[in-house]
Amino acid sequence: MASLNEPIRRPQTLDVSGLPSVAFGRRNTTWLANVFYMAIEGMMFALMFATYFYLRTRSTDWPPGHLPPSSNYGLANALVFLLSVIPAWVVRKRAPEGDRRIVRNALLVLTLFAFAATTLRVFEFSALNCRWTDDAYSSTVWVLIGMHSGHLVTELIETVVLLGVSFTPKMEGTRLADAAINSDYWYFVVITGLIVDLLIYGTTRFL
Amino acid sequence: MAVAEPIFANDQDTGQSELAQRLARTWRQPNGLLGWFCNTHHTNIGVRFMVTAFIFLLLGGVLAAMIRLQLIRPENSLIGPDLYNQIFTMHGSTMIFLFAVPMMFQGFGVYIVPLMCGARNIAFPRLNTFSYYIYVGGALVLWGGMLTNTGPDVGWFAYVPLSGPAFSPGHRADVWSQMITFTEVSALGVAICLATTILRYRAPGMTLNRMPIMLWEKLVISVAVIFAMPAVMVASGLLLLDRLVGTHFFNPAEGGDVLLYQHLFWFFGHPEVYIIFLPGAAIVSTLVECFSRRRIFGYTPIVVSVVATGFIGFSVWVHHMFATGLPQLSESFFTAASLMIVIPTGTQFFCWVATIRCGRLQLRQPMLWCFGFFFVFLIGGLSGVMLASVPVDLQVHDTYFVVAHFHYVLIGGALFPMFAGIYFWFPKMTGRMASAKLGQWHFWLFFVGFNITFFTLHFLGLRGMPRRVYTYGPDMHWQSLNVLASIGVVFMTAGLLVFLANVFLSVRVGEIAGNNPWGDAGLEWSMSSPPPPYNFLHVPTVSGRDPMWEDPPDQPVVVGLRDDIRETLVTHSLDADPQHKDEDPGPSIWPFLSALAVSAAFVGSIFTAWAIPIGALPVTATLIGWLWPRGHSPTPPLTGESWPR
Repeated sequence: MASLNEPIRRPQTLDVSGLPSVAFGRRNTTWLANVFYMAIEGMMFALMFATYFYLRTRSTDWPPGHLPPSSNYGLANALVFLLSVIPAWVVRKRAPEGDRRIVRNALLVLTLFAFAATTLRVFEFSALNCRWTDDAYSSTVWVLIGMHSGHLVTELIETVVLLGVSFTPKMEGTRLADAAINSDYWYFVVITGLIVDLLIYGTTRFL
Repeated sequence: MAVAEPIFANDQDTGQSELAQRLARTWRQPNGLLGWFCNTHHTNIGVRFMVTAFIFLLLGGVLAAMIRLQLIRPENSLIGPDLYNQIFTMHGSTMIFLFAVPMMFQGFGVYIVPLMCGARNIAFPRLNTFSYYIYVGGALVLWGGMLTNTGPDVGWFAYVPLSGPAFSPGHRADVWSQMITFTEVSALGVAICLATTILRYRAPGMTLNRMPIMLWEKLVISVAVIFAMPAVMVASGLLLLDRLVGTHFFNPAEGGDVLLYQHLFWFFGHPEVYIIFLPGAAIVSTLVECFSRRRIFGYTPIVVSVVATGFIGFSVWVHHMFATGLPQLSESFFTAASLMIVIPTGTQFFCWVATIRCGRLQLRQPMLWCFGFFFVFLIGGLSGVMLASVPVDLQVHDTYFVVAHFHYVLIGGALFPMFAGIYFWFPKMTGRMASAKLGQWHFWLFFVGFNITFFTLHFLGLRGMPRRVYTYGPDMHWQSLNVLASIGVVFMTAGLLVFLANVFLSVRVGEIAGNNPWGDAGLEWSMSSPPPPYNFLHVPTVSGRDPMWEDPPDQPVVVGLRDDIRETLVTHSLDADPQHKDEDPGPSIWPFLSALAVSAAFVGSIFTAWAIPIGALPVTATLIGWLWPRGHSPTPPLTGESWPR
């Protein structure tokens, strides 16, 4: 162990006072936590996708005794998801530049998209052509789309809260970083939503 | 009167300098009952995790003693089959979900990791606090169920169809399912906190290849938790849906499949073994280095082994399902994968032995438990190699041989290192040394008792005694071995009582420990014992793997962090270069309120699905309260500050 009685002692310090107090992107600790959170949620989706295909092997017909879900609302929602990436991208790009006005406007547009996607999702449930109590296929479809809807609603609420904050002076460095991270999470919701769509509307027709 | 502040990393913080007093004011946690619920400092939450988990170890131990009492003679009518089913289910569930993971992963991790990193608090301290309260919520649900005759009675893994709606009416299986949700949310929350702390809060200079092995293991475990725990949440969630709203995931009559449940459960269940064992191995690595008085032998092979264990742990789950009629190719693959895990575990063993052999061993109290671990875990590992072979596994499946095996692995891999860790960090946590003499009694009573009980169970298993039977006939000739196994429990109980007495006495009258009573190399020994609320007077820098052994006396410290707010330093994930400053959010009642709201929703969902949409309202409200920015902005004016992207 180093002795405390060494004769030569130079006062050395590592001065960090000039470091910034806010970081964006991968340097931000909340960004990292968000990645872990998406890994957790992504794992749950992956396991539900695996469940879907596992149960597919237990049935000769797929869907078993049902019409496939009507795809009109699902396709419309997929389009909404794809378009919603634009305001999310704008938030992510402009937040580090501290452009509060554009961030606020983009959050407003993103909120509208999230609201539209949530509304369309309600109609999607009515067009599944099955109830969760019918059989294992129906249960899986309902849980898949229900799980994604939970994420959708959570993201809607989070975006609305950020939009609310953006109208206050509290929309400073850390909150702007949060808005950018919220966009990352929106991408996650969009990607998982499109995969769920592919499963529910695609594999029931083409596999 | 304030005195001059220390300015070198190796200087001792007397707590008397002006800086120390300012930091103490800034980082102070609130007092009183309300303050207790608002506390977000990792040392406090870490100790709470450990104390709570230890209480459940004792409760689980009481259940185990009841099992041994019931089996002490044939056709015993002390405990009926219904209560016996609840007792063994509660014993397993308590030990795995309320003791082993919360103690070994959360408790030790939350307390030790920020100190080893050189950080003033854990990352996301409010999430960490929330995770503690959610864990307590799950524990209360499980034991509340037990005390109201609604204790789960379907085994700790709750296989369907037994746990499904057709064979388990009532709410016993629902209690188990939701307890899983509580405890896994807790573990996942802590995993995020620990992984972020390790990757972003390390002291400048602590590059990845200078990280203590403990930090490597906690990082690997956190990642394992992140990828493994969702599987059990999916399994228990689908089970709950089958029971509550009539879905058919596990109902073969409607296209469901019971083996799907086993796949989902064991995809979590086997990594869980390593989530429990790796923290124990991390403690052993730390202690072997300290008490061998030399750097750990084979740092890189150990780290590679830990990472490999994390990966391989995800590819062996099917060996729990050998008796389900799998294709032979699957059996062969999973046998090979199960045997392969011996390689990284064996590598760690050899490195520990080499470190001891090449060092100057000091057989202090914590090290005694490490030797106990070597002996016990080795036997568990060897019987594990036997069980990885399909013919052997089929022969002894669901017998006491399996019970003996996993107790050797789990008690060897968790409980022995846990006691080693408690004796080792007890001085840091309390400021006092634990009694070595009482510690010796504790060790030998427990070690002897454990081996009497569980070595005997191997023979009971080989003689065909199945697990989970509440009694047996006299013609089976199992009584003498059961009596012997039950006698061991008396020794273990005596050992635990000695330990409790040791803790009780040592906290009050134990020898004052000082900063670093063992002369260990980790940063956690550089501050006073117990640590002040700000942990480090100056955030340290390090220039080697063993900072307290290697760093020069004039090792630089970090300056420039504000002392009027809880400012922390964020460093690069790989090379630990300073990147930016962050602010610790400080104490808050919102994590507790959020945990209450989430708990109410979870408990309600045991009875009705409407609890989720209705319960989501208070959950949302409390989360907004938690996250809504309030007060002044602590950050400096944004003008002129360039933000790294």
